[in-house]
Parts: sequence; structure tokens; C-alpha cells
Amino acid sequence: MSGALLAAVLRDPARAERLDAAGWTALLGVARAEQLIGSLAWRLDGLAKPAAACGILADARAAAEHGRTAALWEAEMARRALGPAGIPVVLLKGTAFVATGLSAGQGRQIGDLDILVPRDRIDEAESALLTAGWEWVKPDPYDDIYYRRWMHELPPLIHHERDRMIDVHHTILPLTARITPDAAALIDSRVALSNGLFVLPPEGMIVHAAAHLLADGDLQGGLRNLWDIRCLLDEFGEDATFLDRLAACAAQHGLTREVQRALRLSAHLFGDGGRLTVADRLYVRRLLARDGWGQPTRKLIELAFYLRGHWLRMPPLMLARHLWTKWRKDKEAR
Amino acid sequence: MRHSTMLRIGPVGFRVGSDWRAPVATLNELYRDYPQPDIPDFNVRLFAARPWRRWVRPSVHIAGDFVLPESAPLPLAQGLLAAEMGMNLQMALGQRRYLLLHASGVERDGKALLMTGESGAGKSTLAALLMTRGWRLLGDEFVLIDPATGMAHGFPRLISLKNEAIAVMARAAPEGRWGPMLTDTPKGTIRHLVPDARAIAAMDRPARPALLLFPNFGFDAAERTVPASECFVRLTQASTNYVALAEPGFDALATLVRSIPARAIDYPDTTSALASVERLWDALA
Repeated sequence: MSGALLAAVLRDPARAERLDAAGWTALLGVARAEQLIGSLAWRLDGLAKPAAACGILADARAAAEHGRTAALWEAEMARRALGPAGIPVVLLKGTAFVATGLSAGQGRQIGDLDILVPRDRIDEAESALLTAGWEWVKPDPYDDIYYRRWMHELPPLIHHERDRMIDVHHTILPLTARITPDAAALIDSRVALSNGLFVLPPEGMIVHAAAHLLADGDLQGGLRNLWDIRCLLDEFGEDATFLDRLAACAAQHGLTREVQRALRLSAHLFGDGGRLTVADRLYVRRLLARDGWGQPTRKLIELAFYLRGHWLRMPPLMLARHLWTKWRKDKEAR
Repeated sequence: MRHSTMLRIGPVGFRVGSDWRAPVATLNELYRDYPQPDIPDFNVRLFAARPWRRWVRPSVHIAGDFVLPESAPLPLAQGLLAAEMGMNLQMALGQRRYLLLHASGVERDGKALLMTGESGAGKSTLAALLMTRGWRLLGDEFVLIDPATGMAHGFPRLISLKNEAIAVMARAAPEGRWGPMLTDTPKGTIRHLVPDARAIAAMDRPARPALLLFPNFGFDAAERTVPASECFVRLTQASTNYVALAEPGFDALATLVRSIPARAIDYPDTTSALASVERLWDALA
């Protein structure tokens, strides 16, 4: 399975030197599908590669570099919109990695701008962004109410000139999830950057990444999240006190189980190995479910994790009502 | 994927996979003289959304490394068109090495004539006609500008001719090799013409841009000098990756429009267009 090939080469780049043309084709195909081709390009820097692969990876690096510039500009735009009102803007995920110059940001593909703001200032933040040129993406009233009532973020906003999305979070998991992280404590732990923006401290970044990967959603694109975690551990794990801080942070937000699993999965796929539980093995199967064309495989496991994602997200009765409404709306649309 | 093939067009390698044999067989036949890449730049997948749709009312969905959400599927009879659309889509959304101009191009004496315009302006037809009159075809859909050198690289894929242009070219290129006649496509009737042997043999040889034309079919003959500023704006609209290339894209385009003359030509028929092209080329290139 080619997902496994990608993980193996990310773990040990020298493996790429033994690949034949078909192996390279599969590796590049699955790396693109998992949005990890820029990270792979950085990882394989300086190794002998076939000329065609060199060209493709150089393009991927150039694209990621442009993405980095654009992401930092979006962050600055958010700061200009929210800064004057004194709303602290905490960058999350990819933008935070590149703004801090972390190895997790090298070649990282960055889509939307994700920020965290205090919940009691969320209305203010929304109107400031609307004034500054962002507008709502989803005109659907059900979705809008759903987001506002149950989600951990505002309905997505898009900038009318730059065509870039911003996700304004007030916490890191949906309000309907059983785990309720302490968003105020996360924001209090923020670290100031020199440009007036903020990021989470490294342990907060990992806890957020683990929550996003394992306590929310269906693990689609999960390999990239896990690679983020591996890079953060690689960069900060040397410090003996770091793992204690990470454990304390995870416990504080009720995410100990998720963080421990993320550590095990990262060690298994990208590190020195280590023991997996039976459930862990299912996660590994889901994370690596791609063929050499970049297509998803293992449909049954994919479906199981899709259902699990919804199950985590909301209580059963609410889930039934939600799916019913969605199904009805879908039918009307057709 | 059940069936697959690889082919290289100019500097770009593709791998095309398909749930059906027919589209791959057609590609192999029409692209038989093209080289194969070792490692393709892009993957295209033609697939059935549900397993039984391989046989029951088969409809071809297009995907690949880069996809547009909600692109409509095509009937299996138009599988070749699906493959071509899939390859074009990878170029339009994924190409980062070259500045991609939605233009046709032909070469003579190492110099390139670029023609750009809206769909229906006649750029494909004019390029194909020039190919039959001693010019080397660079491509009928995309011209690739190398930001490092400013040179135009060819992308001589199958020439996609629509509606009336099919008969025009059948007369002009009686020896030509053709794909199947595809009727009732989203763009009317389409038939693909294989570029001549010379275009394929020389496809790795770039050419220095020398003249830019904006042809426009269906008007009385007229000619107008297009200032560099207007060329720049029109070419930003004719490029799908100008924004993605960022500063190198800006530099490449700014250099191009400053370094070559440009004319808009209106033409009532192809005879008059070809005469204008030859005259402008002799005077300006």
C-alpha cells in the first residue's frame, strides 16, 4: 500500500534512493493526495533523485514557499483587522508553524487561516472581519445556526478580494463533543511573536494537533496532522522537561488519551517504532489507506471512521436529527 | 486502476488511468509516436463513480492530482475527451514550472508566434492551418513560458477542433490522422487531429517568442497595435497559473510583453487571417 511507502520514506529518506520509477510515481502520487509533497520535498533535500522527481519536488517546494508568503500575509491582514480592537489573534496549525519558523512548517501546505480568539470577543471579531472585507461563505440558514450553536468556530468567512478563507475558532473542539478543552487557559498560554501575533506554546500546538486528528473528524488527511506532531516532537522533545509539560497540558484539556495515542502512532510510523494497541492498528490502517494513484482505499475502514467522527462530534439524538435534516436538504437540492 | 498508459507532451509527463479499456486504447493509438516519461509529472484518473456504472450507462468521471469540485462526467463514447480534459486540468491547476498561457503557438526559424484569445476566436484552427503551411506547431491550447529564460516551450497535444473547424482542417490536412468524431459534447462536435511528425519530433526544442497576435474570427478584416499594458492584462487573464507563480510569473509576463510586438487582428475568413499572419510576421518578427 502506497500510504505505507510515503510514511516509510518520510521516516527514513534514504529509502527513496532505492526506489525505481514506478516506486517514485506511487510515492509522489500519494504524497500529493495527502498534501505532504512539500514536506517530502524538504525531507529529501540533498539526496540523489531521478531528474524527473527532482523537478516535481522543486516545484512542490516553490509552491509551498509561495503558500508560506500568502499565509503570513493573511495572518497580517487578520492582525490589522482585529488588532486595533485589542483582540489577541492566536495563529493555529500551518500558519503558526511558518510564523514561528518551525520545521513542521517546512513545505507545509496551508489552506485556510485558522485563528483562536477569546470566546467573549467572538462577536466583536466577526464584525471587525466583516468590516475589513471578509464575508460569509455558507448562506444556508441551517448550517449557519449549526455553526453558531454547536461548533468551535464561526461559520467560515472568505475575503472578497483575496479569496482566502479564515476559520475563527473560540475553542479547539466542537461544543457538542464530550471532551471540553479549557480554551481560556490555551489562550492565556499564548506566546507573542515580534509582529504582534500570537501562537500556542509547543505543547499546546501538539495537544491541538492531537485533538484535531483523534478527537474530531474522520482522519481524512490525518497523515499530515501526524507528520506535524512528529516534527514538533522532533524539535522540542530533546528537552527533558518537555514531555512532562506536554503531559500536563494534555491532562489539563482532557486530551491525555488522544495525545498518548498520537505519540504512539507517530513513533510507529515516523520514529523508532514502539508498541501499538489493537485500536491503534485500526488508526494506522486508516491513515495509510491510499494507493499509488493517490486514491483512497479500504472503504469499510474509511466509513467506520466517518461514523466515528460524527459519533464523537455529537450525542446520538442530535446526530440523528442532524443527519435527517442534511439528508432532507440534500434531496431537496437534487 | 485497471488500464493505464503514460505519455509525454513537450516537457510534461502524464500517467492516465482508466476503469475502461477504450479511452486508454484510443490514447495509445493517437499518441503512439510520443515518448513515455519514466516518472510522470501528473496523474489523471477516469473512473466510474459506482462499480456498476462501468457497464450500466457508463459515465466517465475525471480526477487526478488536481481536481475541480463538481465537474460533470462524460459518456464513455467521449472517453478521449475526458482524458484530454483531465490532462488540461492538471496543467491549468498544477503547473508551477512554466508560466502557462492559454494560447496557440507555431515556430519558424527558431522564433515563436503566439496567438491568444477567447474560445472560438480561432487560435486552434489558425495554428493547425499554419502547421500545414510549413510552420512547426508548438501547441493549440497552451504555450509554456520558462520564467528563467523567457523561451516558449511547446505543448503539442492533440489539436482539438470544434464544429466548422473540423471540415476546414479535413480539407487542409487530407493526410492527417484523426481521433473519433465526438458529437453532442458540452462544446458541440469535437474531433482531435494528431500534430504532424515534425511537431512531435521537435517538441523538446523551445523557441524565442517573436510576435503576439490576438485573432478574432467573424469580423471585417481589421488590425490594431496592442500596447504592452493591454497585452499584460489580457495575458494575466489568459494564464491559469500567473497568480500561483507569484513574482517569477509577474517578471516572466512583464518581460514577454515588453520584448515582442503585438497586434489584434479581426478576420472574416481563414484565408484573410493567414495572409495577415504572414504579412505581420515578415514585417515584425
